[in-house]
Amino acid sequence: MSQTIATPPTVRLDSDVIGKPISRPEGAAKVSGAAKYAAEYNVPNLWYGYIVDSPIAKGKILKIDVDAVLALPGVKQVFTHENVPSFAWFDRSYKDDVAPGGSPFRPLHEPEIMFSQQPVALVVAETFELARYAASILRIDYEVDENFNTDLEKARAAGKGFDAPKGKTGFLPPPKPKGDAEGAFKAAPHQVTGEYTHHAQHHNPMEMFATTVEWLGDGKKMNIYDKTQGAPNVQQYLRKIFSLSKEEARVVSKFTGGAFGAGLRPQHQVFMAVMAALELEHSVRVSMTRQQMFSMGHRPHTIQDIKLASDEQGYLQSLQHTAFAETSQFEDETETVVNWSGILYKCDNSKFGYELAKIDVDTPADMRAPGAATGSFAIECAVDELSYKAGVDPLEFRLLNYTYSDPTENKPFSSKRLIDCYHEGAKRFGWEQRNPEPRSMREGNMLVGWGMGTGCWDASMQKAAAKASLSADGKLTVHSATNDQGAGTYVIMTQIAAQTLGLPLDQVTFVLGDTNLPEAPLQGGSWTAASVGSAVQATCQEVGKKLLKLAQKMDNSPLDGVAFEDVQFADGHMRANEDITKSVAITEVLATSGEAAVEAESSAQPNPINMLKYSMHSHNAAFVEVKVDEDLGTIHVTRVVNAVAAGRILNPKTARSQVLGGTVWGISMALMEEAYLDNNLGRYMNHNYAEYHVPVNADIHKIDVIFVEEEDDHVNPLGVKGVGEIGMLGVAAAIANAVYHATGKRVRDLPLTIDKLL
Amino acid sequence: MNSFTLTQAAAVDEAVSDFAGHTGAAYLGGGTNLIDLMKENVSRPTHLTSLNHLSALGQIEDLPGGGLRLGALATNADTAWNPEVEVRYPLLSQTILAGATPQLRNMATNGGNLLQRTRCYYFYDLATPCNKREPGTGCSAINGMNRVCGVLGTSESCIATQPSDMCVALAALEAVVRVQGPNGERTIKFEDFHRLPGDQPELDNTLAPGELITAIDLPAQGYAKNFTYLKLRDRASYAFALVSVAVGLEMDGNTIKTARFALGGVAHKPWRDQAAEKMLEGQTASPDLFRQVAAKVFESAIGYGPNSFKIELGKRAIVRALKQATEMDQALDSNAFLNTNP
Amino acid sequence: MSLHFIQEPLDHTPPAIAPTQPVTLHINGEDHTIQIAPWTSLLDALREYLDLTGTKKGCDHGQCGACTVLMDGKRINSCLALATVYQGKQITTIEGLGGEDDLSPLQQAFIDHDAFQCGYCTPGQICSAQGLINEGRAKTEDEVRELMSGNLCRCGAYTNILSAVMEVLHDGQVVVDNGTLVTIPMQPTQSSSVN
Repeated sequence: MSQTIATPPTVRLDSDVIGKPISRPEGAAKVSGAAKYAAEYNVPNLWYGYIVDSPIAKGKILKIDVDAVLALPGVKQVFTHENVPSFAWFDRSYKDDVAPGGSPFRPLHEPEIMFSQQPVALVVAETFELARYAASILRIDYEVDENFNTDLEKARAAGKGFDAPKGKTGFLPPPKPKGDAEGAFKAAPHQVTGEYTHHAQHHNPMEMFATTVEWLGDGKKMNIYDKTQGAPNVQQYLRKIFSLSKEEARVVSKFTGGAFGAGLRPQHQVFMAVMAALELEHSVRVSMTRQQMFSMGHRPHTIQDIKLASDEQGYLQSLQHTAFAETSQFEDETETVVNWSGILYKCDNSKFGYELAKIDVDTPADMRAPGAATGSFAIECAVDELSYKAGVDPLEFRLLNYTYSDPTENKPFSSKRLIDCYHEGAKRFGWEQRNPEPRSMREGNMLVGWGMGTGCWDASMQKAAAKASLSADGKLTVHSATNDQGAGTYVIMTQIAAQTLGLPLDQVTFVLGDTNLPEAPLQGGSWTAASVGSAVQATCQEVGKKLLKLAQKMDNSPLDGVAFEDVQFADGHMRANEDITKSVAITEVLATSGEAAVEAESSAQPNPINMLKYSMHSHNAAFVEVKVDEDLGTIHVTRVVNAVAAGRILNPKTARSQVLGGTVWGISMALMEEAYLDNNLGRYMNHNYAEYHVPVNADIHKIDVIFVEEEDDHVNPLGVKGVGEIGMLGVAAAIANAVYHATGKRVRDLPLTIDKLL
Repeated sequence: MNSFTLTQAAAVDEAVSDFAGHTGAAYLGGGTNLIDLMKENVSRPTHLTSLNHLSALGQIEDLPGGGLRLGALATNADTAWNPEVEVRYPLLSQTILAGATPQLRNMATNGGNLLQRTRCYYFYDLATPCNKREPGTGCSAINGMNRVCGVLGTSESCIATQPSDMCVALAALEAVVRVQGPNGERTIKFEDFHRLPGDQPELDNTLAPGELITAIDLPAQGYAKNFTYLKLRDRASYAFALVSVAVGLEMDGNTIKTARFALGGVAHKPWRDQAAEKMLEGQTASPDLFRQVAAKVFESAIGYGPNSFKIELGKRAIVRALKQATEMDQALDSNAFLNTNP
Repeated sequence: MSLHFIQEPLDHTPPAIAPTQPVTLHINGEDHTIQIAPWTSLLDALREYLDLTGTKKGCDHGQCGACTVLMDGKRINSCLALATVYQGKQITTIEGLGGEDDLSPLQQAFIDHDAFQCGYCTPGQICSAQGLINEGRAKTEDEVRELMSGNLCRCGAYTNILSAVMEVLHDGQVVVDNGTLVTIPMQPTQSSSVN
């Protein structure tokens, strides 16, 4: 149906750097402890801020008695809503690049309490220990409003749902209905109706949120070392609130100890640290405690209803998927939850819905594969259930309903090799040896279950810029204000730059995480490789063009008259494609030219025509083996095969790590993660790392990763789709499906803890 | 964390008198629980008597009559991996290794292990009422997120559990706790050491103020042939028990001569039911018998909603643990600490 | 309806702040004397007073292992240790195991196996692995998994951590069965040929 215009990829397939398992260049700094994270810049004369948070979910601060605290020698100030100056009149000044609709939370702005653990004061003292102690003796009187609700089920029963509004960048409303979903459902021989839930989950990156503000003593100039997924977003947030120039509010984030979405929006500690530094004209550090990490965004509790029906052969006849999710009283956090079902499966009769309800919690936040992790769990369990009803193998069922174009947008995919993920994954896993009968496979005391699930994520790209400088000694430095929260930005940008200019890796340095550098988007959405990668490539090509010009100025230049498109860069040389003996060393070009360095700055942005023509997505298929103790209900995930189609893989070593991490997140979501919300108190009660469980080493066994590489000329110049989110998808459903296969018991409420299998 | 002074005691007498000389004092051993509680402001001592220089309390030594004395300051790791403990009291070794992490076991002491405070969420959170933390404020757990709380021996004022693994084995092994205080030395039978919450849940144990644990004495019978520690938890390691069972049996063929077992994660103390133990003694091991015993143990159990599953899970755990202990020969694995996870 | 809730001082007569004293810590083979009160943890002493920020704070409550250091060769959680109590002990931090240009075999193995992503848990993992090797108890994959379970890694690098530790533990002589990577090469774009 559609025609592809073949344009050769800009990066050669036979490259010696791209696609190779290169180790991270920042590895030595990380393993030796030399890498500095936000709370580790020990600037001179540093004071420490300690956050005090609200014990109540709703109400009002009546009185704060700061006298006893200020009387402690070494305490510098107590900041509360009573003495924090009103920096910006309008709440829109507090909106960051990815704020959802509504009115953003303004820390220490008003006496009103809108959620439990809301920050209400900041105590600043000469030492961390003193600030912590001083915070504990601060007396605060509250008027408690008992008329609060943190129970999403209750909000739903009370009819509090409303259609999720637009407002957040990237949010897609549910697809339009097609055909007669309800009629087709009723008429179909095989039907599944199910409600699928998961509860609030917190990101809990290992590094706690922290900011060190270095007061430079030159007007309002500050170096702001912040934990974030994007220094530029933090900078513009601070500039709007505090009326600061770019020079005054330099934000630096060289290393980010994980964030998984929690660092997309500026968090309240950066506001507090900068506010205190400005007020006290002093360097200040504010770190959250692990407990306080439960006061700053979470994957929203979501209830999903699915109705699915097929004909006798297993072809889908009706696909209905609605989601009901929580948000705060003050913002409308939205996720794309139900659309993925429509993208994954071909069905003529479909209906989708997505509603929010306001409850008295803090605003939820994007968390690894936001929306998709939620939607994928529900649809992939429902598909498994329907495959059993139809008597079709779950893999076969997915193949029957496979689509080569995106049904929600009626566009072809820019590339899609999910079918190869299915085949390669199944082969590696040994799926054909599966006895479909539940409870049919055993090993001693253990019931064995095999299950599978699929996922789909956006292959998106944002505008990004970079600059590069090639010095006379042949060393290339490339800069961009992007971030590396562990995804591998340092290494892949180094590879792209080295490849583009044909330089050895050890001659290339990539610098990131500083607002003095060319602007780059937040690290999120799996778009960094495409966005910043394309900018780095474009920038290095600009350097290459300048080099060619300089080379052509040389006496008897071997490259005289050769166009840039006809030149290749390799081994530190420029060569004519037609005759590679026409060659000149880059260092020689620079030496002859007399230039100290060749510099260039460029940017890249998505191709709007391709975006209109194609649906761009990564896909995966996860196959899982569980062993379940029949009597005791303990579940072990003993084996996972995760097959991923995400375009070109720039670095199989670090890309594999992303998929391994995603798989662990899927296991975690399936078996462990839930913030236990006490609705009497309106408070998450297991707000620490001992009781909010994430997997430990002993929980994780064999994980095979398969990359089914896709050639994709449409998605972006590099042909990459990103791997940060896709590996997580399908895994939780695959585990729930495997548990059903093992035990005959369907559990539709995550996490699958021991009590649910008794 | 509030401010405090600290003394390094050089001898037990000195420690006891240093403690007595300071109001608001607490003994500091490994600190793995106390420092945690102090950072949460749950414990607020104004003086710490550090026991870390009392090397005499760090020994593990034979007792006349075949028992073993575990010094109160010996670390959990040194105890679990002590050759005498491994051979004569493998149940204890396995149980210690099922708790916490290598790092924590390298710090935590045997005496401190007995004094671990509950992991009830509300106890740890000053924003919430808790009778154990602030007597008279009420129990938030009874109608709250009590998934980790107890189902046996609870009271209207508290449903917290004692979180230790090691103590479950010590209860089954009928250890004796040696203490020294302002009024001299005394011993406490292990079953009398921890108490039920009743209307004084703030008291975890029967130590008098200022008393210091100096040693834990193990009797000669270590049940080294037929034993098991079964721990059920929310992840494979580094998690507190939802339910755990420590079993030590003396077998004669397929007949149980002596039976000792205790449960963790279900009560304010390691839960022993001597009547249930008696039901096993002199009987042939069988699943039916184990089920009857399990039913007996949980006869008086009360579930509070989120934690009600512990009643059924506890019964199944007892049946499995007894089965494992009686079928030791088949189940024995050289890696004791991997065996605790079903 | 409204109630009154008072977040009040925990102790009505707060104790005086204990004075600071010189405390000498033996770290990575050198003595360091700092002026601190008893309430300073070993972790904060390292990070805030000695600028040894390689040791990480991930929870400050003994619940994550990021702060793992070696005390007389044994791994401990430095967040739960009061610095003053650890005078006279040999403390080894990640900086003492090897610097950027002088990596220890474990540090190199972590790089080779990509046994980290964000890197924040990494110094604790490596110190813990060194402690594991010193203990000499763990040999098999399952034993290493269990005895490395005191260190959370939220990025989920566990299988690679296992590979790195096994490599050093067994001098590269043991094959670890914890998953492989398969790459299926590209094919021409499918959108032109199907539909």
